[in-house]
Amino acid sequence: MAALAATLLFVSLLVFVVVRVLPGDPALIILGLEANADSVARVRRELGLDQPITVQYAHWVTRALSGDLGRSIQYDLPVATLILSRLTVTLPLTLLAAALMIAAAIPLGVYAATHHRRWGDYLTMVLSQLGVAVPGFWAGLLLILLFSVQLGWVQAGGFDGWGQGFWRGVRSLLLPAVALGLFQFAVLARTTRSALLEVLREEYVKTARAKGVAERGVLFRHALRNALIPIVTVAGVQLGQLLAGSIILESVFYLPGLGRLTLAAISARDLPVVQGVVLFVASMIVTVNAAVDILYGILDPRIRYG
Amino acid sequence: MVSLSPSGRGQGEGTGQALRPRRRSRAFRHVTFVIGLAITLGLVVTAAVSLFYTPRDPLEMSIAGRLQGPTPAHPLGTDQFGRDLLSRVMQGAITSILVGVIAVGIGMAVGVLFGILSGYFGGWLDEGFMRLVDAVQGFPAILSALLLAAVFKPTLTISMVAIGIAFLPVFARLTRASFLEFRDRDFVVAARALGAGDGALIGRHILPNTLPPLIVQATISFPVAILAEAGLSYLGLGTQPPNPSWGLMLKEAQAFLGMNPWYAIFPGGAIALTVLGLNLLGDGLRDLLDPKTVA
Repeated sequence: MAALAATLLFVSLLVFVVVRVLPGDPALIILGLEANADSVARVRRELGLDQPITVQYAHWVTRALSGDLGRSIQYDLPVATLILSRLTVTLPLTLLAAALMIAAAIPLGVYAATHHRRWGDYLTMVLSQLGVAVPGFWAGLLLILLFSVQLGWVQAGGFDGWGQGFWRGVRSLLLPAVALGLFQFAVLARTTRSALLEVLREEYVKTARAKGVAERGVLFRHALRNALIPIVTVAGVQLGQLLAGSIILESVFYLPGLGRLTLAAISARDLPVVQGVVLFVASMIVTVNAAVDILYGILDPRIRYG
Repeated sequence: MVSLSPSGRGQGEGTGQALRPRRRSRAFRHVTFVIGLAITLGLVVTAAVSLFYTPRDPLEMSIAGRLQGPTPAHPLGTDQFGRDLLSRVMQGAITSILVGVIAVGIGMAVGVLFGILSGYFGGWLDEGFMRLVDAVQGFPAILSALLLAAVFKPTLTISMVAIGIAFLPVFARLTRASFLEFRDRDFVVAARALGAGDGALIGRHILPNTLPPLIVQATISFPVAILAEAGLSYLGLGTQPPNPSWGLMLKEAQAFLGMNPWYAIFPGGAIALTVLGLNLLGDGLRDLLDPKTVA
């Protein structure tokens, strides 16, 4: 926990350094170079920029810890409120992509490992190579081209909100989630395959087979349980990657999530929003990574005692 | 001075020379490596040729010939301003290579420096740098780019720095692990006993041994950098118009999907093919450089 706290402190410091310390006055960034001196002085006072830099950082971190990420210049709303409202799109998109990724990658990886050096294995490897090579946003465009432009089955993007019904919401997020999860699906399928192949060569698997355990039992009770350690680790780290990746996919499918909020904030020079979103997402990623480390220790007792 | 490191310079020269042709012939029999190398060479040649020759001027507009599909005059069609897509896709290769080299270079240079300081000196310095590296891991290229673009102006340089920052942790960890492994080995202890200072121990004895995994990591990171640049340019945070970039072309193509689908297919195909080639090359190189798989 101390390590996580130190890491989060560094995260906040990095964000603060980029926004406040690097050349460029945040007040001028917000108002533009043509702003008059009075306006600049007012914004500097509002943002606390007239204080010493260490005091500014201490105030900023203390406020952030209590959930106060500042106020949006564009919307005149607390940044935390904006983030929470946009999370209702970004978080379900990330979780749906993760669910699809796991549901497709693990069975495929298991199939490839149990059919090692046969056609199914080679096909899985080709699919995973393609999955790693195809950029998610291009996959998104191709999905729109096929399912919206050519077949006319779904709309090209947009999100009607959860008020229109759960399944309608899920339907709007389905294509973006497929495109978002494609890269991570390919990585997870390869990880599952290689982890299982390694375990299947272990002595205890041979012993289980020699004892007459059915192949299904060997696979699910002995091999897969142990192979799950690297698989869960990789899948956990991928959650953070999916959250970051959703920023691009939201633009492809015109989804009103955190990504579009931030891009609009950049155009509008709404620095508190960009700063708040980046701090929030980076902290989420770091926390998920730390949780994965802890989970790794729980799944593999050797890590704790070794 | 005779090198005491196990990197081979001070060891049997004859053995090294006998192994070299064998390794080379093994490389050319490695299907993944050969396909990856061929595609990568194709990318490099395309970029090099486009420096002095493209079928048309990539910036030349022709409103009459806008949004055409593939024709003999424009084998990949034209964009919304009638510009030749083949010429623009060719020049996009330069951007991709440039970003790959510079972003990986930034990540490698800073990451290796962090790794050396952490792994060689250890103690509180190691603890501090590793927490910083953990923190940087929370900033994928897209997040750094968003932050930097908000403070400065979105440019190709910003995107290269953002991508480089995202690579820092992996290079730092790899270098640190190698330094932890080698810093107490006999050849390092012997060199220290002979009077070698920290600089010589790091630069002449330990660092050369950390290079193979770093080279493999650089080849793995290169396609990731290309994907990241394409993504950032798609968002408007990377290459700016009218300069050609595959990601930027896809951003522009999205508005015309119904009118000319080829516009979205070719630049995306170029990204996928390039990344596939570089991934295959990286996989092949990893197999060939991994001592466990050497026959």
